Amino acid sequence: MNSWIVTYLWFVPAAPFVASLIILTLSNARRRSAAALAIAGQIAALAMSILAFGQTLQTPGFRVVQNFTWFTFGEQALRLGFVFDPLGAAMLLMVALAGLCIFVFSVGYMAEDKNFTRFFAYLSFFSGAMLGLVIANSLLLLFIFWELVGLASYLLIGFWIERPRAAEAAKKAFITTRIGDMGFFLGILWLYGRSGTLLFYDRGNGCLESAGLAMLGASATFIALLIFCGAVGKSGQFPLHVWLPDAMEGPTPVSALIHAATMVAAGVFLVARVYPLFSLGPINGVTPSLTVVVWIGVTTALMAALIAIAQADIKRVLAYSTVSQLGLMMVSLGVGGVAAGIMHLLAHGFFKALLFLGAGSVIHGCHGEQDIRKMGGLRRLMPVTFFTYAVGMMALSGVPFFFSGGWTKEEILHATASWAPSHAPYYLILAGVVLTALYMTRQVIYVFFGNPRATAEHAHESPRAMTMPLIVLALCAIFFSVVLTPAWPWLHGYLTGEPVHFEIARLIQPMLFVSLVLVGGGVAAGIWIYRKAGAPERDRPAEIDPLEYAQPALFRFLANGMWIDELYDRTVIAFSWASARLSDWMDRYFWDGLVRGFGAIAQLFGIFTTSVGERGINAGVDETTVGTRGLGRLISAAHSGQIQTYLGAVAIGMLALLLLYAWLA
Amino acid sequence: MTPTLQAFLIVSTALFSIGLLAALSRRHAIFILIGIEMMLAAANLNFIAFWRFGPHHQPPIGVMIALFSIAIAAAEAAVGLAMVIAVYRHYRTTNVDQLDQLRG
Repeated sequence: MNSWIVTYLWFVPAAPFVASLIILTLSNARRRSAAALAIAGQIAALAMSILAFGQTLQTPGFRVVQNFTWFTFGEQALRLGFVFDPLGAAMLLMVALAGLCIFVFSVGYMAEDKNFTRFFAYLSFFSGAMLGLVIANSLLLLFIFWELVGLASYLLIGFWIERPRAAEAAKKAFITTRIGDMGFFLGILWLYGRSGTLLFYDRGNGCLESAGLAMLGASATFIALLIFCGAVGKSGQFPLHVWLPDAMEGPTPVSALIHAATMVAAGVFLVARVYPLFSLGPINGVTPSLTVVVWIGVTTALMAALIAIAQADIKRVLAYSTVSQLGLMMVSLGVGGVAAGIMHLLAHGFFKALLFLGAGSVIHGCHGEQDIRKMGGLRRLMPVTFFTYAVGMMALSGVPFFFSGGWTKEEILHATASWAPSHAPYYLILAGVVLTALYMTRQVIYVFFGNPRATAEHAHESPRAMTMPLIVLALCAIFFSVVLTPAWPWLHGYLTGEPVHFEIARLIQPMLFVSLVLVGGGVAAGIWIYRKAGAPERDRPAEIDPLEYAQPALFRFLANGMWIDELYDRTVIAFSWASARLSDWMDRYFWDGLVRGFGAIAQLFGIFTTSVGERGINAGVDETTVGTRGLGRLISAAHSGQIQTYLGAVAIGMLALLLLYAWLA
Repeated sequence: MTPTLQAFLIVSTALFSIGLLAALSRRHAIFILIGIEMMLAAANLNFIAFWRFGPHHQPPIGVMIALFSIAIAAAEAAVGLAMVIAVYRHYRTTNVDQLDQLRG
C-alpha cells in the first residue's frame, strides 16, 4: 500500500528548509520578506501536515512507508525512507502549528533586533529539521535530522553571540547533548551490526518489525539503553539536564521552540518511535531498559520540580518545569503508557509554547526584565497575557476537566499506578504534581498579582503580533482536551489504533478526584505561602522569598540547581581539565622529548657522516689530486722543450733496446 | 788484406756515434743537421756493406737503395735548412737551447 501522501511527504520539512536557505541570502534590511518567507514556509508545512493527517483518519493503524536507496557499498545498500503513521502525523501537526504560532510571535518579539533575518533563517531551519525527524523511517535519517536539530539549537541559543553567557550556554547545550548522542550513535552501530538494517519499517524486515527484532536477542536491552542516552541528552533528563536551564540565554521564542515543539520533544519521540526495541522481551511489558527509563524519568521529574520552586528567573522556572514534565513523559513511556506519554507531549507542546511566549510577552512588556521578584501586578497592565498565561499555568499544573494537561496527566497517573514492579514511581509522581501546582502558583503570584514593583510600573501590553499567537495557543490548550477525555479518548485510540466509543459515564473516574485534590492542594499551598510574596511581612524584607526566609539553606540548595553544575565542575570538568593538562604535559615533555631525541640521534649521525666525508672521502680525493698533480709536475718537467734532450732520450732508449737484444740473443 | 763486414760495421758505428754526438751536443742548429747527415751516411754505409757481404750481391740493388737514400737525405737537408732559416727569422737565433717553445 503506497499512498500519494508519503511520496510527497518530504515537502513538509523541505518547505521550511527552502525558506531558511532563501532567507540566508537576503540582506539584513529585508526584514519583512524574511518574516513573510519563514511564515509562508511554516504555513506550507502546516497545510501539508493537515492534508496528510486527513489521510491517516481513514483506517485505524494507518502506516505507509517510502524507502529509497541512499548509496550502495559492495553487496549492501544503505537505505533511508519516510514513514507516516498516527504518531508521526500527530507530531507533525503539533510541531507545525506550535511552530507557526512561535514564528508569528517572533515577528513582534524580535522587531528591534538587528539580526532579524538571520533569526528567521535559523528558526525555519530548526522547524524543518524537527519536521524531518518526525517522519524519518530510518534510524540514520532520524539521527541526521537529530543532529541538525542540535545544530539549530546551538545557533539559536547562542543567537545573541555578543553576550558571553549566551555563547557559553550554546556551547554547553551542544556539548552536553553530544555526550548523549555518542551513546545514541553507538546504539545505531550496534543495531546495524545485529540486524543489518536501520529502517524502522520495511515490509516485515525493518528493525522494529518481528523479523528484525528476532535477530537482536539479548543485545536489544543494551541497544535500547544506548539509544536512550541520546534521548536523555536531547530531552534534558537527569543527569544530562544541565544544558536546558542555561538554554534560556537564547531569545524567548527560541526557548519556546526548544522547550515546546522541537528539541526536547525529540527525545521522547525517539523513545516512542523505537519503543519495540525497549519492550522487546518477556514479562508483561517490564524490561530492564524500560525500568531504567522509568527511574530516570522519576528522578528527573521530581528533582526538576523541586529546583523550579526556588528559581527567580521567569524563564528558568519554565525551563525546570519542562525538564520535570519530560521526566513525567519518560515515566509514562517506561511503564507502558506510550499513548499517554505522547498525548502529554502534544498537550505540553501547546501549553508550554503558550507559557514561554507568555513569559516572552511579560519580558517584552517589562523592558527585558526577567526576575519575577521585580515584577508584580501585571494582571491589570497586561490582561491578554495574564489570561492566556493563566490558561497555560492551569494546563501545566494539571487542573482537571477544562485543560488538556489535566487529562493527559491523569492518563499518565493511570498508567503508572498499574505498573507491576513498584508503586514508588506512582507516589513520587503524585508529589511531582503537587510541586508543579506549587511553583506555577508561586510564579503567577509573583508576576501578575500584588502591587507593581521596580520595572513593572511602566509595563505595557504587547502588540497584536504577539498576543494573537498567545490566544491561539490558549485555545489549543483548552480545546485540545476534547480529544483527550476518557469519555471519548479519540487521540488515544488514534495513536494505538483501537476503536473508540463515546461514553459519558467514563468521564468521572477516581483518578479525577485524586488529581483534583493534589492540584488543589498544590495551588492552595502556593497561595498560602506566597500570599504576601514581594511585599514585606513582619521582619522579612520585600525582596526575600518567603521560602528562603523560612529555610535559607534548603532554598539556596534548590536555587543553585542542587549544585549539580558545581558537582560537574568539580568532577567531570575538573577531570577533563586534568586530563587535558596531562595530555599537554605529555605532548610537551614526553612526546616532544621523544621527537627531540630522534632529532638529536639524526644530528649525531649527521655529524658522524660529515666527519667521515671530510676526513675520509674528501681527504682521499684530495690526496689523489695532490698525487696526480705531483706526477703531472714530474712528467711535465721531462717536457723541457729541448729537442736535444728528447733526442738523447731516444738514443738512450735505442741503446737500451740494443743491449736488451744483445743480452737476449 | 781483404776488407771484412766487421770493418765496415765498425766504421759505420763510429760514424753514427760521431753524428749522434754532434746532434746531441752542438748548440747550433746547422751542426745538428750536419750530425744527422752523418748518421744517415752511417746508415747508407751499412746498406752497402750488408749488400756487398750478403748472399745476393747482384750489382744494382744495394747501390740503388743507397742512391735513393742519398737523394732523400738531400731533400731532407734542404727542408731542414729551410726550417733553420725560418726559425732564425722568427727568433733571431739558431741556438737550440733557447728554442724551448715545445716545453710541456
